[in-house]
Amino acid sequence: MGEILLPLLILSPLAASLILFVTAGRMSAYAVGTVACVSMGLSAAISIALSILLLSGPATGIVQTILWPWMHIAGFSADIAFMLDRISMVMILVVTIVGLLIHIYAASYMRDDPGIARFFGSMTLFVASMLVLVLASDLLCLFIGWEGVGLCSYLLIGFWYDNPVNTAAARKAFYMTRMGDAALLCGLLLLATAADSLHIGTVLAAAANGQITPTALNMAALFILIGALAKSAQIPFQTWLPDAMAGPTPTSALIHAATMVTAGVYLIARLHDLFALAVPVMALTAVLGALTILMGACTALVQSDLKRILAWSTISQLGYMFLALGCGVWQAALFHLMTHAFFKALLFLTAGAVIVRTHHEQDIFRLGGLHHTMPGLTAAFVIGASALAGLPLVTAGFYSKEMILSGVWPAHFRLIHELMLSGHFLWGMALLGAFLTALYIFRCVFIVFFGKVGTTATGRTSRLMTIPLACLCVLSLCGGIIEMPTTFPPLHLFSALLDPEASHSHADEPGWLVLAGAVVPLAGLGVAWVLWGRPSPVMCEIPGQAAVIRFARTGEGIDVLYDRLFVQPFRFLTWLTRHDILDYVITGTGRLTRTASTSVLRARSDFLGTLTLWGTNGIRGADRLLGQIQNGRVRWYAAWIAGGLCAALAMAVLS
Amino acid sequence: MPVFSFNDTLLLATILFSVGLAGVLIRRNMLFMLMSLDIMLNAAALVFVGAGARWHDAAGQVMFLLILALAAVETAVGLAIILCLHARGRPTLDADTGNLLQG
Repeated sequence: MGEILLPLLILSPLAASLILFVTAGRMSAYAVGTVACVSMGLSAAISIALSILLLSGPATGIVQTILWPWMHIAGFSADIAFMLDRISMVMILVVTIVGLLIHIYAASYMRDDPGIARFFGSMTLFVASMLVLVLASDLLCLFIGWEGVGLCSYLLIGFWYDNPVNTAAARKAFYMTRMGDAALLCGLLLLATAADSLHIGTVLAAAANGQITPTALNMAALFILIGALAKSAQIPFQTWLPDAMAGPTPTSALIHAATMVTAGVYLIARLHDLFALAVPVMALTAVLGALTILMGACTALVQSDLKRILAWSTISQLGYMFLALGCGVWQAALFHLMTHAFFKALLFLTAGAVIVRTHHEQDIFRLGGLHHTMPGLTAAFVIGASALAGLPLVTAGFYSKEMILSGVWPAHFRLIHELMLSGHFLWGMALLGAFLTALYIFRCVFIVFFGKVGTTATGRTSRLMTIPLACLCVLSLCGGIIEMPTTFPPLHLFSALLDPEASHSHADEPGWLVLAGAVVPLAGLGVAWVLWGRPSPVMCEIPGQAAVIRFARTGEGIDVLYDRLFVQPFRFLTWLTRHDILDYVITGTGRLTRTASTSVLRARSDFLGTLTLWGTNGIRGADRLLGQIQNGRVRWYAAWIAGGLCAALAMAVLS
Repeated sequence: MPVFSFNDTLLLATILFSVGLAGVLIRRNMLFMLMSLDIMLNAAALVFVGAGARWHDAAGQVMFLLILALAAVETAVGLAIILCLHARGRPTLDADTGNLLQG
């Protein structure tokens, strides 16, 4: 049963994508939307059925199917094989359900776009690639999905391709993730040479029983980490994600919530046993995650574009997940991934609806006072913002962030003998990040929805768009109560789901940790209210003259840095290869040879020409002479005859 | 008993031929050129006659008669050509004016 459903789960969006691409826009917008939504609905239904099937079995049970062997060579084999365990179950539920809601929303949002078939073809292919990535039980098969996700993000970010800015953003996203892909491939090859197979179970077993040397293990983990960082837009690869806002808003929601950026988190969570053995890489993951939290939050704090704020907040939230992964609490990372998918999809879809109704105005300082005209969207956005900020008890974000924070606190890394990296420090950074998160998202809320009235909004949000928003609101509010902090009633459904054997008793965890995690978002909210929310706000607009803010706002500092560090040297290299010195030498020699041969040729032809000229001149002279003999005068003829006769006689007599 | 030796005959013939040749080459009047040609023919005929006398052979006399006839024919044809030229509207005896191939 499960063996049949598993391929069907992927096949459903894939078939829809094929249909949409093959019909190439001959279908009406309504039909296109229907095909995409039905395929996604089917996928969601199958994933729910599979989840029920999996949960009804034993705790460690998995559903797996091998479709066909891909390659079998000496010392290595790979299969097209899919496997559903509890980690991937969470992922397919998130991907298909959030994906379904986004598709329903997009069917209305993109209704009037002429390229709607192309759009939904790419979207469903995106989901199919993500499902391949999530379900693959072979790392090489996972790599297919990994690449497919990158391709679809390129297609969708550059969807409105007639604007060069959009295609540039699409290329940037593709290049940045490509670098990570290359690193990931290196890591996979290392693992393949060490473990003779890329089947995840085999690789993890090989890592566990010491078949892989520590150096190879660390290198492989580092390479895989680089791949995950690039895919999930973490430091130092964060620059592509804000530019990816060039795509349609449902695309942004899909990239940020369900697919693509979560792939990196999922990959590390999937290989958590391998990473647990590579302590330096884990420390690196945690530190980069913590830095990304702060960096993303600070940048989001000074953005003025509604979608860019959300983009930087995604980077920041993914930082939380990487922090959790680095500290070894991958359950928390997956939990946050799930709740983040809910509230980030909600925020993006609400932002999309707001932007559509205000005639594509994205500058938060030109929007304002929207709660008069669109109370429903305001409520949805506030719910999403609360969940993002992690307001205590009522939102899903609180529980997941709390789980991460409580997991980070006891973590410690023994890098070298003396050097210890304490989890307390990272916890402090994460807490500061939580404060900043509340600050920037409520800054956005107060300026856009409260503040003084800016642009006028028109029209209504269609029913098709409000239903997904309502569903996501519910999920954002209630999605977190399945996992309670340890000091609360012992309800640990999520961690019990993922890791049934492990006991989650952080007995040594002080109660004030939870309290701090609860108070900090509220403090952020309060400060945001003081600064931007009151009737006479302290700050209406950022004093944009400050160089550091201007520097941070566009995130251009990093772009300029990368331009100097990577793009310019690369350009120089390409310049060098184009203007090859060796090539110059060869060309110069060639040119010299050509000149020499030309001059030789010319000399030769000149010589011959001169000779010929002389010859012709001589012949012409003789001709003229002979012509003069033939002058038609009889007497001369007679004289010549006589002369010739005399000469002949003289020769005959004298010889 | 020959009055002239054969050598004298040849000498005379050579002189006559040279005179005739000089006349052909030097004179531009076609009548004189014809006459000079006759002189040359006679010089040749004189050699035949001398040779016939020298070797007592009548063939020399015969050749003389042939050459005589030939000279008469030649002069007749030459004069006829001159008359034709006159009739075609070229009232001149100058041989050098006929050097162009046109009617």
